[in-house]
Amino acid sequence: MSADPTQVLAFETDCHLFDGCGFPAPGLHSFLFEPLWGDADGNGLYFNKPMLLALIGSIVVVGFFWAAFARPKVVPGKLQMVAEAGYDFVRRGIVYETIGKKEGEKYVPLAVALFFFIWMMNLWSIVPLASFPVTSIIAYPMVLAAIVYITWVSLTFKRHGFVGAFKNFTGYDKSLGPVLPLAMTIEFFSNLLVRPFTHAVRLFANMFAGHTLLLLFTIAAWYMLNGIGIAYSAVSFVMVIVMTAFELFIQAVQAYVFVLLTCTFIQGALAEHH
Amino acid sequence: MSPALVFLAAEGEKENPLIPPWPELVIGLIAFVIVFGFLAKKLLPNINKVLEERREAIEGGIEKAEAAQTEAQSVLEQYKAQLDEARHEAARLRQEAQEQGATLIAEMRAEGQRQREEIIAAGHTQIEADRKAASSALRQDVGQLATELAGKLVGESLEDHARQSRTIDRFLDELEEKAEASR
Repeated sequence: MSADPTQVLAFETDCHLFDGCGFPAPGLHSFLFEPLWGDADGNGLYFNKPMLLALIGSIVVVGFFWAAFARPKVVPGKLQMVAEAGYDFVRRGIVYETIGKKEGEKYVPLAVALFFFIWMMNLWSIVPLASFPVTSIIAYPMVLAAIVYITWVSLTFKRHGFVGAFKNFTGYDKSLGPVLPLAMTIEFFSNLLVRPFTHAVRLFANMFAGHTLLLLFTIAAWYMLNGIGIAYSAVSFVMVIVMTAFELFIQAVQAYVFVLLTCTFIQGALAEHH
Repeated sequence: MSPALVFLAAEGEKENPLIPPWPELVIGLIAFVIVFGFLAKKLLPNINKVLEERREAIEGGIEKAEAAQTEAQSVLEQYKAQLDEARHEAARLRQEAQEQGATLIAEMRAEGQRQREEIIAAGHTQIEADRKAASSALRQDVGQLATELAGKLVGESLEDHARQSRTIDRFLDELEEKAEASR
């Protein structure tokens, strides 16, 4: 069976066009991994490839910033300059732009950690051998979205008190008149229930779809590598290159969007309702 | 039905991609906390300190340059003021010297004038005195000479002194009157 999760690669290597086997299309099974350790079926502890990538990824991010910022110099070296540029991009480009310098300073570490963590997790998609975006497993975006959710919701309560926070969540506005209860209900659901869900799913779905596309063309390029199919295989391979470049772009954009939304939520929590 | 769909059907709801298995949540949390912890507790404070130092270094440099420029400006102004003052002083001194010179010349001229007039006046007095002396001496001499001449002409009879001099004086007065009238 082509979709056996015990296989090492995402598809079987001995299946080609005209060999009598069907196209091993990528699907949900492409995102399931046989545990490297432990047992997934027994609802017990286990350890699989995305987990390994997540841990290695966090070590890579920390390692990079450690090398750059552990002993920083006033006159920076090349590595420090690159890291500073990334840091400055998140700090000025996202946090200061949305929350403002005074209030935002507190949330810079969260935003920077989120941005580079997500970017790294996304980047695994096009790293040879890893070849899998960790964020295409819903658990990882969900954890991050939950952290952000807890941050801004608790911040809202802390800043506005219970009634103020309720008004903030529901977008309480007297001038709406009779529509107010409806508007408040919608806002309440939109802010407190839909928002964290879409926040996580936006990242997840983008990386999921990107990985599926990459898989599709990769598998097709291999599958069609037989007889006349070679011509189509070449086209598919070119698409792999193009999609890889596109993914490289999407990965950074999704990390940026996730952090930008985080900052917007925090800004909304800090804002005085009117 | 494709093998993949068969597989999916077999796995069922358990593999819903939107329902996360909890071990992955835990690992995800751990992985993120590692990154956040290192960045928030050590690395970002580190770089913030250095960025602050750099900003201060740059601003310090700018401030120093600004201070130097301000000082140069003030020194220049001071020099200009001093130069102006010196020019004024020089002009004032020149003016004073000119005035003094003019007064001096005027004084000397007045003094010279005065002395000249004194000398002229003294000369006049002298001349008058001399003229008077000469005139009286002449009158005497002329009288004597005339008397002698007349005596020689008319003999020794005219020796009476008093008469003689009266006559002579009269004569001379007449002469003078004539001279005055003819003038």
